[in-house]
Amino acid sequence: MFQTSEMEINLGPQHPATHGVLRVVLKLDGERILDAKPVVGYLHRGCEKLGECRTYPQVVVYTDRMDYVAAIAGNLTYIEAVEKLCGIETPPRARYMRVVLAELQRVASHLVWLGTHAMDIGALTVFLYCFREREAILDLFESYCGARLTTNAVRVGGLLKDLPEGWSDECRRFCEILPGAIKEYEALLTQNRIWMDRTRGVAVISAEDAIDWGLSGPVLRGSGVPYDVRKALPYEAYGELEFDVPVGERGDTYDRYLVRLEEMHQSRRLILQALDRMPGGEVRAKVPKRIKPPAGGEVYHVTDGPRGEQGVYLVSDGSDTAWRCRFRSPCFVSLQALADMSRGHLVADIVALIGTLDIVLGCVDR
Amino acid sequence: MTLEMLLRWVVVPVVQIAVVLGVVLFCVAYLTLLERKVIAYMQVRLGPRRVGPHGLFQPIADVLKLMIKEDIVPQKVDRLVYWLAPCIALAPAVVAFAVIPFSGQPVAFDIFGQRIVLTPWVTDVNIGLLYLLAVSSLGVFGIVLGGWASNSKYPMLGGLRSAAQMISYEVPLGFSVVGVLMLAGTASMVGIVHAQQERGWWFMFPQIVGMLLYFVAGVAETNRAPFDLPEAENELVAGFHTEYSGMKFALFFLAEYMNMILVASIVTTLFLGGWLPVTFCLGYIWPAVPEYLANPLAAWPFHFTGSLWPAVTGLAWFGLKAFLVVFVYLWLRATFPRYRYDQLMRIGWKWLIPVAIANVMVTALVLVLW
Repeated sequence: MFQTSEMEINLGPQHPATHGVLRVVLKLDGERILDAKPVVGYLHRGCEKLGECRTYPQVVVYTDRMDYVAAIAGNLTYIEAVEKLCGIETPPRARYMRVVLAELQRVASHLVWLGTHAMDIGALTVFLYCFREREAILDLFESYCGARLTTNAVRVGGLLKDLPEGWSDECRRFCEILPGAIKEYEALLTQNRIWMDRTRGVAVISAEDAIDWGLSGPVLRGSGVPYDVRKALPYEAYGELEFDVPVGERGDTYDRYLVRLEEMHQSRRLILQALDRMPGGEVRAKVPKRIKPPAGGEVYHVTDGPRGEQGVYLVSDGSDTAWRCRFRSPCFVSLQALADMSRGHLVADIVALIGTLDIVLGCVDR
Repeated sequence: MTLEMLLRWVVVPVVQIAVVLGVVLFCVAYLTLLERKVIAYMQVRLGPRRVGPHGLFQPIADVLKLMIKEDIVPQKVDRLVYWLAPCIALAPAVVAFAVIPFSGQPVAFDIFGQRIVLTPWVTDVNIGLLYLLAVSSLGVFGIVLGGWASNSKYPMLGGLRSAAQMISYEVPLGFSVVGVLMLAGTASMVGIVHAQQERGWWFMFPQIVGMLLYFVAGVAETNRAPFDLPEAENELVAGFHTEYSGMKFALFFLAEYMNMILVASIVTTLFLGGWLPVTFCLGYIWPAVPEYLANPLAAWPFHFTGSLWPAVTGLAWFGLKAFLVVFVYLWLRATFPRYRYDQLMRIGWKWLIPVAIANVMVTALVLVLW
């Protein structure tokens, strides 16, 4: 009597909830999602190829623009890989400063995530609250290196320059206001009936699935796997600092939300410790003007970025450009879980899903 | 036709309609500014500030912009329905204001030797409440037809959502006012306020459940947060009006804000005592207080006499209460995330409707036993 048909709908590439230029082809039965196929590549800029045609220090600016929400994390991964390749030791002060900057960047990135994720689910105010605190972090970046988003602050052998006068006090002041601010976001969301209804039990990823998909970062930890590169393969000063790795229990969107909130608290802990224990001295090791790693050198280095495991693979041929440069993007890996996660959910959930995976299209497409 | 008939049957209604329409449209325009300002201050922003002092002329600029904007009609729309839908959405919202009593005291004055009585409501029909329920449920047709006529996928989803939502929430909306009907014994809007005046308490107190139900269902009926699924911008781009632009879009927009004011006015009339003054129960201790508050301008130090002043005071009380209800609307929008489609249905059918029916039963029982 009635004829029903499946509807194919194009979510993006220009859509308010896809955070950039992601296109998802949805197959719908009414409001229910039968299949979701992410189509990527709208922001492909060939960063890997560029990484093979530019000198090592020149590539740093491209790492800024890959995960543009967490530029310092990208800088750091690439620079550390180069340092590993050349066997350059960074001075201890730089190692602590890098921790401070990277953790500030993690907080900033999580704030963007929380704001946009909440906005996708319809809570407008959280977005502006989050951006208020993020603004303070960006101001800190600006006073350190002059740039707010594409910082390009990390250099081979250390950092751009030493911390300006009074910077660490400013940073401490920010750490003081952060817990109160997080409490404000939590007041709006954590115990909110609608928020819990929208996130509890939505897009559950089991620990096995998460590992099989190669998920990392808060998405993996939300499923209850206590794996953090900062703990497992400590880099910079992380081995000498104390912090906990928060994990979720159920692996749903709500747990990933709680994990990220707790990570902000842990980042604050790390920043304060690093500021307290920061030794004096040089912030940049003596490195040659032209960086030429030994021929045949090969390195794969991972760090724990705000979105998960960021990896850089470099092969040198003895010249000042890499012979092969490859970036492992945590967002790209997370995105592949989208189809399986969204099957059977409703259209409204797909935006919560894209939000909970915390993808940045610049990072996905590279 | 005598002069008296002309005045009484043509001029007075036309003036009333013009005034009500004008005031309501003005309120709608400034409600958009109020919404932006209130939500901005809740969100540590300042809101519009460029057009006029503190952005006070922003609504004028908005209206001008929408009027001179190009009106794009997509090629494959159903032209007639596409054109009609915004009108169908707006018309019920406008005509519903006909039975809202904005104040209690009719204003009487002499003109051309004729005694003219201007009531602060356009008409007081004895089925006012039923008329409101009937008319306000027509507005959904505009949204559904607009979503369907656009011949596009996102608007269609928006239209479908809206249809399901309206049908589900129309039921508790209807049930929630039954308690008031039983208490007042009349469906006339003016009569309902008079009933509250005679009793000395607003129907909000015995019918608090009914009021909350009406408000929740009203928020859902007007597609406002957290029930703004038909236009959920993060999911459906702009929902049912994705393909609309220019003045046609403005009509949808106008209808939504007008419906907000309408729901606030109905809540005020049914539950908050309409134009009656807020006395905080002081009337039970000093009976003069309500009388004074109902017309303070007649007392010291003004001593204004005439029927105009109590009407103005009533209007102010009405406006204050309606404003508070509208403010709650905005507050909700700044606070809550959006419900999901299935959750919305669940709340409607599993919570609101049973509670509304129980409310009717309990009210009836209490009335019979007393």
